Amino acid sequence: VSLAIPEIESVLDPESRRPLWHTAYLPPKFITIGTWGELTYIVGTNEEYCLLKKIEISVAEAEKRTGRNAMNMQETYTAYLVETRAVESQAEGQCSPPDSLWRRYSEFELLRNYLLVNYPHVIVPPLPEKRAEFVWHKLAADNMDPDFVERRRIGLENFLLRVASHPILCQEKIFNAFLTKEGGWKETVNETGFQLKADSRLKALNATFRVKNPDRRFTELKHYSDELQSVISHLLRVRARVADRLYGVYKVHGNYGRVFSEWSAIEKEMGDGLQSAGHHMDVYAASIDDILEEEEHYADQLKEYLFYAEALRAVCRKHELLQYELEMAAQDLTSKKQQCEELATGTVRTFSLKGMTSKLFGQETPEQREAKIKVLEEQIRDGEEQLKAKNLESRDFMKSAWTDIERFKEQKNHDLKEALISYAVMQISMCKKGIQVWTNAKECFSKM
Amino acid sequence: AGRAGGGSGPAGGGGGGAGTPKALPSSGPKSLREMPHPLAASSSEEAGAELTPSPDLQLPRSIADKDLSLPNGTPVDTSSPASSSSLLNRLQLDDDLDGEMRDLFVTVDDPKKHVCTMETYITYRVTTKTTRAEFDLPEYSMRRRYQDFDWLRNKLEESQPTHLIPPLPEKFVVKGVVDRFSEEFVETRRKALDKFLKRIADHPVLSFNEHFHVFLTAKDLHAYKKQGMALLSKMGESVKYVTGSYKLRSRPVEFAAIGDYLDTFSLKLGTIDRIAQRIIKEEVEYLVELREYGPVYSTWSGLEKELSEPLEGVSACIGNCCTALEELSEDMTEDFLPVLREYMLYSESMKNVLKKRDQVQAEYEAKLEAVVLKREDRPKVPTEVEKCQDRVECFNADLKADMDRWQNNKRQDFRQLLMGMADKNIQYYEKVIL
Repeated sequence: VSLAIPEIESVLDPESRRPLWHTAYLPPKFITIGTWGELTYIVGTNEEYCLLKKIEISVAEAEKRTGRNAMNMQETYTAYLVETRAVESQAEGQCSPPDSLWRRYSEFELLRNYLLVNYPHVIVPPLPEKRAEFVWHKLAADNMDPDFVERRRIGLENFLLRVASHPILCQEKIFNAFLTKEGGWKETVNETGFQLKADSRLKALNATFRVKNPDRRFTELKHYSDELQSVISHLLRVRARVADRLYGVYKVHGNYGRVFSEWSAIEKEMGDGLQSAGHHMDVYAASIDDILEEEEHYADQLKEYLFYAEALRAVCRKHELLQYELEMAAQDLTSKKQQCEELATGTVRTFSLKGMTSKLFGQETPEQREAKIKVLEEQIRDGEEQLKAKNLESRDFMKSAWTDIERFKEQKNHDLKEALISYAVMQISMCKKGIQVWTNAKECFSKM
Repeated sequence: AGRAGGGSGPAGGGGGGAGTPKALPSSGPKSLREMPHPLAASSSEEAGAELTPSPDLQLPRSIADKDLSLPNGTPVDTSSPASSSSLLNRLQLDDDLDGEMRDLFVTVDDPKKHVCTMETYITYRVTTKTTRAEFDLPEYSMRRRYQDFDWLRNKLEESQPTHLIPPLPEKFVVKGVVDRFSEEFVETRRKALDKFLKRIADHPVLSFNEHFHVFLTAKDLHAYKKQGMALLSKMGESVKYVTGSYKLRSRPVEFAAIGDYLDTFSLKLGTIDRIAQRIIKEEVEYLVELREYGPVYSTWSGLEKELSEPLEGVSACIGNCCTALEELSEDMTEDFLPVLREYMLYSESMKNVLKKRDQVQAEYEAKLEAVVLKREDRPKVPTEVEKCQDRVECFNADLKADMDRWQNNKRQDFRQLLMGMADKNIQYYEKVIL
């Protein structure tokens, strides 16, 4: 699969007959913002910096392996072959063999977690599901099932392409190393100490309830991602049931095949017609397998956006956390300022423990008070700086997050439109197949 | 020769009936009526059963003792006009089905509900249009209820025992499961009754049956029924077939084959019926899910500004699917299943006729045996045995003709039925694409 082509020419890849739509959607022009924390990004367009312009990425195959885990227990897992190939060398006519290395799902997970922590303002592309969900009953939910592994392989490839085509994420060194350095990659990631930076869920949850002035845009976005998640998961659930029923309808028709063929044995004039009509019924019943397998790709596309909803929420959570910190800093500063004023004027405006102790144990000496005011003034200065920094951080976050959200929206609209179109094409081709089979059967019946 | 008679008066058209005076095609049925079929009364067991409280008591009788000639002493012909004509009919069967000038058209429509103090029932309007001379008017319109149809069928079975009588729709409906007065039930039954009368009207022999004529034309069918019953009671002591006690020496291969065929056929039909019902069930469940599926897309489109158009599109398409699917399963329930049912019942009545035929043959063979035993005393073969032999033969001929006819009808019906099914499915998909 050539991944260097950002244009989507056909809905289905002629070779693999798989939907092609998700291969590297690149918005026409995208300008990244300048700074975020300690990290600095190059401002430019993705046309200059997109990784996919330089290399092709694919997850070529999956392999079942057995090994020993940390507890020295036997375990079976699936490894995926990640292949990269420089585009430039191809253009020069010398087709260099692709660099390849094996990665496990857990390594993909590690990569994503790393990105999640280091790029809180980015909607990090989701991984394919760990365990099959929303499957209709004929589909195996086993992690080692070849169909599941194959669908996951496609999903992982899609994930790498999404990261590689992301204007910010594609510049990440760890990501680059993931693609090119097989040994020691895990250690490198862990050495970055990214886990220390990770905010605990609890903290984020805490923030949700305490933020006083939530940003309207982010609240709306959060609301949207909640609804998106619920509507897609509902959709997937119903779709699985619809697929189940459709499967039933088709497969029961298969019984006609058997009965017609048995019946044809006792008929003279009708025999041949029945026999071949029965054959067509068999074909009809068998055709559903392919149809539903194709539909499964559509379901996977939807699933990606189901998980994207979670990624969206992560950004919102991060924003809430920042907002919370900002508000806390502001609150802290205000209370410090108040204390300072109280000390300076000697009045206690509010009932406080301090006020109580001073009443109980008598007034402090002026020297003590001076020293206290000094400390407080120092703290206020620090606090003001901190607040300034937080404000800046928050503004930066908002700006860059919103840029990425805009990018995401564009990508989402484009992808889902393609997905819906390919779904419609699928349905139409299913109907055409149905018409074909029934027309054939009718011809047989008419010969009776 | 049969074609010369225009195919319309098969009974007369045959003309070859040895003892029958040559009659014009139009008067053919009359001669039929005047001269009851040799077996006419022998099947009166059904009717007789109504009159005799315990018909079982009559059964254990030795065959040889029985008087097997007709109870009312009608002279028996060596060949019946009906049977010879049906032989002819066989030759012109294909003509019958496609090119025959039909001169009797019967339709059943306009069901009406009647509520009396005693019972509630449905009557159907039976309209007859004909050019046949034995009908005084060209058109009749009578109201009949299911009981009357049932009566007609019994009468036909009784008076035309050698023929295959089309089946009626099932009589018994388990109370509570099906609403007997629901629109669907009445409509399904009306269709079946319509089919029943049409099949009789198209039959070269049955359509000339006296009872059929009465059924179509009599203003007071009830009075006629009573009269018929009085007549029957006189013949209460009619011949009973002996069942089971006698084993056929040799059943002709073709009838054995038909029997086997019917067994398999009804088995397969049963399977198809089950499959069809299962498909309908699956489709209904599919429909339920689809109905939920569509609105989800609508909900989603409310969430997305940019995507609302394609999402609404998908939702509308699923809505179309629902409508088309609903139509499809409705058509299957209304058109496909009843035909299957009819043929299942048909094969039942066919089996009955076959059984009767076997009984007639059994009688003949028993008689023959008895004669052979007595031969030493009396050298000449009694005419009685000859009569019996004739009966077997004419039964065979009639039955064969009807079988062929039925086979042909069946072929046509199933061709139509299955093509219809294919068409419906094609239409369904076409609708879905739109």
